[in-house]
Amino acid sequence: MLFVIVPVYNEAKNIGRVVRDLFQLQDGFRQIVKVNSDRLRNDFKVIVVDDGSVDDTAKVAREAGATVLRHAINRGQGAALQTGNEYARRHGAEYVIHFDGDGQFDVADIAPALEKLNKDNLDVVLGSRFLDNRSKLPWTKRYIVLPLARWIQNVLTGVTLTDVHNGFRVLNKRALEKIEITQDGMAHNTEIVSQIKKHELRFAETPVMVRYAEYGQGLSGGVKIMFDVLFSHLVK
Amino acid sequence: MLLIQILLILFFLFAIAKVVGRWQTKELTLGALVMWLLFWLCAGTVVLMPNLTSYFAKLVGIGRGADLVVYVSLAILFFVVFRLMVAVGRLRSDITRLTRQITLDTSNHGTTAQQHNSTATRQSF
Repeated sequence: MLFVIVPVYNEAKNIGRVVRDLFQLQDGFRQIVKVNSDRLRNDFKVIVVDDGSVDDTAKVAREAGATVLRHAINRGQGAALQTGNEYARRHGAEYVIHFDGDGQFDVADIAPALEKLNKDNLDVVLGSRFLDNRSKLPWTKRYIVLPLARWIQNVLTGVTLTDVHNGFRVLNKRALEKIEITQDGMAHNTEIVSQIKKHELRFAETPVMVRYAEYGQGLSGGVKIMFDVLFSHLVK
Repeated sequence: MLLIQILLILFFLFAIAKVVGRWQTKELTLGALVMWLLFWLCAGTVVLMPNLTSYFAKLVGIGRGADLVVYVSLAILFFVVFRLMVAVGRLRSDITRLTRQITLDTSNHGTTAQQHNSTATRQSF
């Protein structure tokens, strides 16, 4: 019923805590999606998609209680998310949450996002670091990299968002059935936004906090994403 | 005949031998064989009769024959690179689909095995 999909690559250090935190909050999710606790206990799943890690990510995630899907070789975050989505579809998921496995997101942001999805009758809720002041972004990201990337994404997709390349999403069944990620790398973020527009999915943003342990996508990563997005527009 | 002409002709003959060899082992289709043979024969003709390029260069409004060769080569190379990028993109996409299929099939088998185990455990009680 409610699947949290966590794509990971070499995150043995963080994935155990992320999975345990997710399980701790499942009762809160139950109240929001209004199902009895036994049903949710059976149907709440944390799906860790291990994208060909060479460390103990899969083992740690499994020990923490997650269902682990393992790519034999590394295919990228977009590919891992799509694997998770397909698994969720096959197992009758009604809600899917995309959540990063590096411990940068706060699990407390999931419940308000789920609530927004249900209350406002939406198909997708997208996380944004710019709707409150909790995320302490490096200033180059806040003032240069992300605004530039956001402008490019808004132009390419025709969807105006306050954030770009944020891995936090909540999807209902309709969105899960419509969205098909073909971008294996990080360009899947832009692809998802394009598909939201294409399939006329109802969406909104929700504030999320991101703790920065590492810088994340730098300028070269951004250039690669832009190239992937443009190339995919040229070649089908 | 200049030394460079001899070396280039030898290289083209080597390339033609490889192309024919690949056709014989059915790695190339007849169409591809004809295309590559034409390509290397044209290249050989240009090497043996360099003035030919000047004739064609004047025909299309370019001053020197060597310039025409460079322009045409660049255009062909760009096209080949584009084709390669598309092919690599498709390969990557196929590898991802295959990886996903294996992952999902394995997970299904895993679930089935678990279910069998739990059924067997229940029956033993």
